[in-house]
Amino acid sequence: MLITVRLFASYADKLGIRDTSLNLPDAARVTDALFSITSLPGRESLPRNPLVAVNQVYASLDTPLAAGDEVAFIPPVAGG
Amino acid sequence: MRATIVTQTIDHDSLLREVTDERRGASALFLGTVRSINDGREVRAIEYSAYEDMAEREMMAVLREAESQFAGTRLVAEHRIGLLNVGDVSIAIAAAHEHRSPALDALRYAIDEIKTRAPIWKREHYVDGSEAWVDPSHAVTR
Repeated sequence: MLITVRLFASYADKLGIRDTSLNLPDAARVTDALFSITSLPGRESLPRNPLVAVNQVYASLDTPLAAGDEVAFIPPVAGG
Repeated sequence: MRATIVTQTIDHDSLLREVTDERRGASALFLGTVRSINDGREVRAIEYSAYEDMAEREMMAVLREAESQFAGTRLVAEHRIGLLNVGDVSIAIAAAHEHRSPALDALRYAIDEIKTRAPIWKREHYVDGSEAWVDPSHAVTR
């Protein structure tokens, strides 16, 4: 199934990508998306347990994914 | 109730007008501005970015919680993104209630929660030409 991954701020800088699509197995969870984007050679790693959101709602690494989901890995927030 | 990510100068007077009416005699305004020193370093500007749709959604959730906890309060919030210079307003939140305590308490709740939940980031540009992402989890003050 196809999902969209979005990276922001320091995480986008570390991995050198902002938005990308991933093709994951049907039973995939957020942790599989994280592994997929950080396992390519030459990529810097993200924290092991980053903040994540699925379809713009905070989620966890265990959250199951569905086709078309938008997964965001969220660096420490610093608004205000 | 309204929460918006904006790219232009925040008109905080208009936020106050938006929440105030004849029944609400107490209005409170919080402004966050770019300061010139952070962690001992001279700051020239801050570049704000956001996961815009989610940031607005999360800010709205915070305002909804505040209006629920402090019944009768009306709130609006704007957060600016883009390159802001020292002294520019980055966030404005206005609250109004019949009495001052709920207005002030709701305002305090809103800014504290927005700062920790809204997916918004800042990269500081220092006077010496260097830049760094701000990670509040390493900060010693709020």
